[in-house]
Amino acid sequence: MRFGLDGDRVAFRDAARDLLARRCGPEVVRAAWSGPPDPRPWQGLTEMGVLSLMAPESSGGLGLDETFLAPVIEEAGWAGLPQPLTATALVAAPLGVADAMVATDLGGPLVPGAGYAEAFLMETGGGLRLYRRDEVDVEPVDTVDRARHCGRVRPTGPGAAVTADPAAAARAFDRGALGTAAELVGLARRMLDLAVGHVTERRQFGRPVGSFQAVKHQLAEARLQIHFAAPAVTYAAYALANRLEDASPSVSTAKWLAGRAAAVCGRAALQCHGAIGYTVEADLHLFLKRSWALTRTWGDGDHHADRVASALGL
Amino acid sequence: MDLTWSDEQRAFRAELRDWLEPNLAEWRQQIGGSEFSGDTRQGVAQQLAWERRLYAAGWSAVWWPRRYGGRDGTLWDWLIFEEEYWRAGAPQRVTQNGIQILAPALFELGTPAQRDAVLPRMAAAADLWCQGWSEPGAGSDLAAVASRARAVDGGWVLDGQKTWTTRGAFCTHLFGLFRSDPDSQRHRGLTYLLVPLDLDGITVRGFGRLDGDEGFAEVFFDGAFLPDDAVGGGVVLGEPGRGWDAVIATAGAERGLLRSPGRYQATASALIELAAAAGADRQSRRRAAEAWMKAEAFRLRTLETVTVLDEGGAVGAEASLAKLWWSELDIELHELALDLLGPEAELEGPWSKGHQFALAGPIYAGTNEIQRNIVAERVLGLPR
Ligand SMILES: Cc1cc2nc3c(=O)[nH]c(=O)nc-3n(C[C@H](O)[C@H](O)[C@H](O)COP(=O)(O)OP(=O)(O)OC[C@H]3O[C@@H](n4cnc5c(N)ncnc54)[C@H](O)[C@@H]3O)c2cc1C
Repeated sequence: MRFGLDGDRVAFRDAARDLLARRCGPEVVRAAWSGPPDPRPWQGLTEMGVLSLMAPESSGGLGLDETFLAPVIEEAGWAGLPQPLTATALVAAPLGVADAMVATDLGGPLVPGAGYAEAFLMETGGGLRLYRRDEVDVEPVDTVDRARHCGRVRPTGPGAAVTADPAAAARAFDRGALGTAAELVGLARRMLDLAVGHVTERRQFGRPVGSFQAVKHQLAEARLQIHFAAPAVTYAAYALANRLEDASPSVSTAKWLAGRAAAVCGRAALQCHGAIGYTVEADLHLFLKRSWALTRTWGDGDHHADRVASALGL
Repeated sequence: MDLTWSDEQRAFRAELRDWLEPNLAEWRQQIGGSEFSGDTRQGVAQQLAWERRLYAAGWSAVWWPRRYGGRDGTLWDWLIFEEEYWRAGAPQRVTQNGIQILAPALFELGTPAQRDAVLPRMAAAADLWCQGWSEPGAGSDLAAVASRARAVDGGWVLDGQKTWTTRGAFCTHLFGLFRSDPDSQRHRGLTYLLVPLDLDGITVRGFGRLDGDEGFAEVFFDGAFLPDDAVGGGVVLGEPGRGWDAVIATAGAERGLLRSPGRYQATASALIELAAAAGADRQSRRRAAEAWMKAEAFRLRTLETVTVLDEGGAVGAEASLAKLWWSELDIELHELALDLLGPEAELEGPWSKGHQFALAGPIYAGTNEIQRNIVAERVLGLPR
């Protein structure tokens, strides 16, 4: 028995964290609001092998599993990486789709990254097909988090079959929900970090506002939610990687807890920032808006709670 | 990450499971008819019989060294024990405050002679220990303790009052904090004493908790003489005047750094069964699943904590996070059960009883407000 990441996974995650710290600061997330995202973080992740980590060795990947990737995706969530990392590395790569930035509609009808993705993994009658950019029609939409560059995507060309197996498609969905849960935990951590930083600096009534108990208790509650959501993500990755019987409900548990953690952290962070957090000038909104989107895609909280209820025989 | 149990661990679980079922049945037959709560006189008597059964078979504290009545088990064995124990529907442990709060302090700060004298009798439920920390004027602010211990030739003279002492009216011994230096302030000058409750000058008055059971007691000390050898190895735990250190050293144990997830999993399973039997509507099924997920989160976090401790790491103020989670979770599980029972919820029964007990969770072992202060200051590093 041992619950926790081992040395290899920690080292890999830390390397990704360092890379993102260097290449994906808040200014990069902010810039993605008004144009295609800076390609450098993505290139870095490609060079590190993150994107092809789960691709089978036969298609040039490393053939590793979710337990390596989920911690990296959590870091991408923390950084607010604009590109569709979950769709590309966790959903598409294990299906043998490598060497392209992939957008997908598996998580919902507004496809993130549709504005610039190179390939589209689309659900078609139980199976999955892959379309090149010139085989789809993309209708861009304005979303609250503009860095997502979402669009409604309609295939116009034949595309190529990826899998016709509904079970494989279901597993692809589960992987997407897992990645989204990991991102949400990262976002929750980021928002709490920002809030802790702010309330330590900001002074009112002659003292840091973080010394007021009402502020402390909100942030303690936020920390609590993260503390109990994070292990659920770790477990869901392990359950998927090992194809455990409870893999699907464990993904749902992770997604539900992570969504809640992000919601609690987001509200607390915004409240504890005061008006400065209620602007587009402070960084908080970049992460807050991402968390709103991710909480309701790849199955919202009710969807996942219902999945768990049926797994429990309810 | 490796979530498979070893052959030994599986064998341990199987042995326990095989033991629990017939022994519970036999014990229930032995006590005949109704099983009383461990916070009543009859219930304690019934459960002492159960505790002695556990002890005889070596189950009372599996993670303790064998010489004290344990099995030299690891924390993993503890976890397995708890899962099986609660799954089997075995009673709440009347020995728990000794085993969970005093014993860790003895392991950390006690002398070998004290351990030899206290632990085996505790495991055997020959002595029942209660926790004498709170006083009418010292609840959350434990450093305001005013009960006094005056050093005299051959022992101590005790004066003052403790209160909200769980099962005080049924226990044989109390471990408590006393002010030994009359001129001291706050955390200084406190001594952690081990006190038999049958001394002259000690009066114990049991009184009703929220559910009416006599689970609380007030303990009055009126010039009671506590001889140095009233407990083998001596009555002072740690050093005189340094009682606060002992409290802090083991606070995590009480907050439930290691509070068994098995207990909440068992409640969550019972809730799921109730929801299924009640043909709950969609909304209630969803709420039941949500509560179950929170119990699952507690289990997973505990696996991580045990891994850290097992590998020699420390956990510290994060115990406060665990305490916040299990106490809120327990209330949620019970409230949902009452909602499912609807107008029948007011009947006396396991759910209404459990609900009332769950409501104490955010109050004892350091209130949840105090825990949030600790999380904010020591985990998040916010300014005092
Ligand atoms: C079921 C149960 C069993 C118990 N068993 C025992 C036992 O065996 N032995 C024993 O010694 N004690 C026991 N206690 C007592 C328990 O330790 C105290 O109730 C607890 O420490 C709180 O103290 P208090 O009740 O005096 O509340 P108070 O300290 O008076 O608190 C009242 C309210 O004020 C809040 N408050 C107080 N200080 C602060 C602060 N600094 N910041 C924010 N809010 C604050 C509290 O959170 C609470 O909401 C038990 C209590 C219960 C309910």
